[in-house]
Amino acid sequence: MLAVLMLEQTVQIVSNERDTDSYFRLVLRAPLIAPLIQPGQFAHVRVWPLKDALLRRPFSIFQVSGDTFSILYKTVGKGTDALARLGVGEELSVIAPLGHGFTVPERGGETPLLVAGGYGMAAMYLLAQRSPQRGIVFVGGRRRVDILCETEFRALGWDVRVTTEDGSHGEKGLVTEPLIAELRRKPPVPHRKVFACGPTGMLKAVGKIAEEYNVPAELSMDEHMCCGVGVCLTCVIPVKTGNGWEYQRTCTEGPVFEARQVEWEETR
Amino acid sequence: MNLSIKIGKLKLPNPVMVASGTFGYGVEYAQLLDLNQLGAVVVKGIRLDPVRGNATPRTVEVASGLINAIGLQGPGVDGFIKKYWPFLKTLKVPTIINIWGTTVEEYAEVVGRFDALGGVGALELNVSCPNIKKGGAQFGTDLKLLAQVVAACRKVTKLPLITKMSPNVVGIGPFAQAAEDAGSDALSIMNSYPAMAIDIETRRPKLANVTGGLTGPCIKPIAVKLVWDAARAVKIPIIGMGGIQNAGDAIEFMVAGATAVAVGTANFYEPQTPLQVIAGLREFMEKHGMKDVKEIIGSVQIVK
Repeated sequence: MLAVLMLEQTVQIVSNERDTDSYFRLVLRAPLIAPLIQPGQFAHVRVWPLKDALLRRPFSIFQVSGDTFSILYKTVGKGTDALARLGVGEELSVIAPLGHGFTVPERGGETPLLVAGGYGMAAMYLLAQRSPQRGIVFVGGRRRVDILCETEFRALGWDVRVTTEDGSHGEKGLVTEPLIAELRRKPPVPHRKVFACGPTGMLKAVGKIAEEYNVPAELSMDEHMCCGVGVCLTCVIPVKTGNGWEYQRTCTEGPVFEARQVEWEETR
Repeated sequence: MNLSIKIGKLKLPNPVMVASGTFGYGVEYAQLLDLNQLGAVVVKGIRLDPVRGNATPRTVEVASGLINAIGLQGPGVDGFIKKYWPFLKTLKVPTIINIWGTTVEEYAEVVGRFDALGGVGALELNVSCPNIKKGGAQFGTDLKLLAQVVAACRKVTKLPLITKMSPNVVGIGPFAQAAEDAGSDALSIMNSYPAMAIDIETRRPKLANVTGGLTGPCIKPIAVKLVWDAARAVKIPIIGMGGIQNAGDAIEFMVAGATAVAVGTANFYEPQTPLQVIAGLREFMEKHGMKDVKEIIGSVQIVK
């Protein structure tokens, strides 16, 4: 049994501001939750004004600061639309921190190569902040507005390599292109390890590339969730076992899995 | 104030339990609420062997509800006993094991295994899961098969047997009677209602399994009516469930004839719900000057 220390709390909104386009940053005061948060974990948020949409919404945790933590979200449906309308001082119910996150490199250990698709970048900020070694972050998106928290990563002293599909910011192309270029570089960065968060298609590509270059990789898998705590078995992905594969929960065994564990043939 | 009730020979400290499949094996919620405050913990359905479950997507949110087609993923009897029973047997409140099979013989075999385990509070026979090809609702929607499976299980255990009923029948009365006559000590009413949701842009079903079972507040009025129907058909206690979100919902089921209730889908979005229901039930009894929760059971007034 995984020892996850989680809490259900009613927390107050400290700020909830538009970042770019349809992206928002939500800061919550959660003094009991904030100190428990590990990189790659998520918060399960109940947006009360939703009325007939009952379920909580899971969000990766972006930053932790003192007694607050923040999330970076995109308005994509009624849950996030309702969330965007909430103001300072209003309350939300949060269950957090949840899930099995990224393995933070040890001092003198791996050099992290982070690969992010769009706001997947937010889920890796804590990892970058808590990693003793600075690394490289590869971030890709469709347009300039899809590239988020670049400033925050640069402020950590990280090498940020941006790609956009329309070429409006950074290099034109896919995030995997500069990643491959880096992995081909001679001599290679010592003890490289890939960490990725983004859409499933990107994760699959990153997983294959890491395998090809024989570099370990951890992937934060994105699946629809319902309970968030491991009982409903909605958010499962196929994971290799000794003699086949089984469905494991992205909310509990994940969201972060080793890339070589994922049975891509059985993913949809 | 007395909140205790009995399901067969099993005494529960209060009438509020959790519905199978919405509470895992208890341990998952142990950090969020005190399980020992519940009337009973009811675990997710278990069959003899491990079950992989259906492909994803497995659930879809709909207005005031949820459609699921998990496919009873589970560790099987041995896996459950090894992984979850050591925790569950430390609880002060009873554990009710929900079991299922693909044949009458398998149901009886699983019942036998849990009978032999010792310390189990009661067994709930899932004859009503809509999301598996073989087993489940196949038994609960056929009077003969239902009687056979309950009788076969009755033969191999003295533990209280609860039959979890399908809502997908023309009239629940005869099915309730069949389960009672075959030796069931109680009925759980109801399981999820067969349902479907489609993405209009892709024209594809929103669930990989195409169809699933509807749960949540949107099914509550259907469940209350089924409880009311069944309560007039049998003498054994009924555990009412379907969309309970608060004490008022639970009391409504009891007024309709339920002896106990189970909180289901609400656990997914508000894990404190069962405890809030218990607190609200106490308040209601106080307000109405009731000394025993049994005063609520079947108290519906039909004015002609």
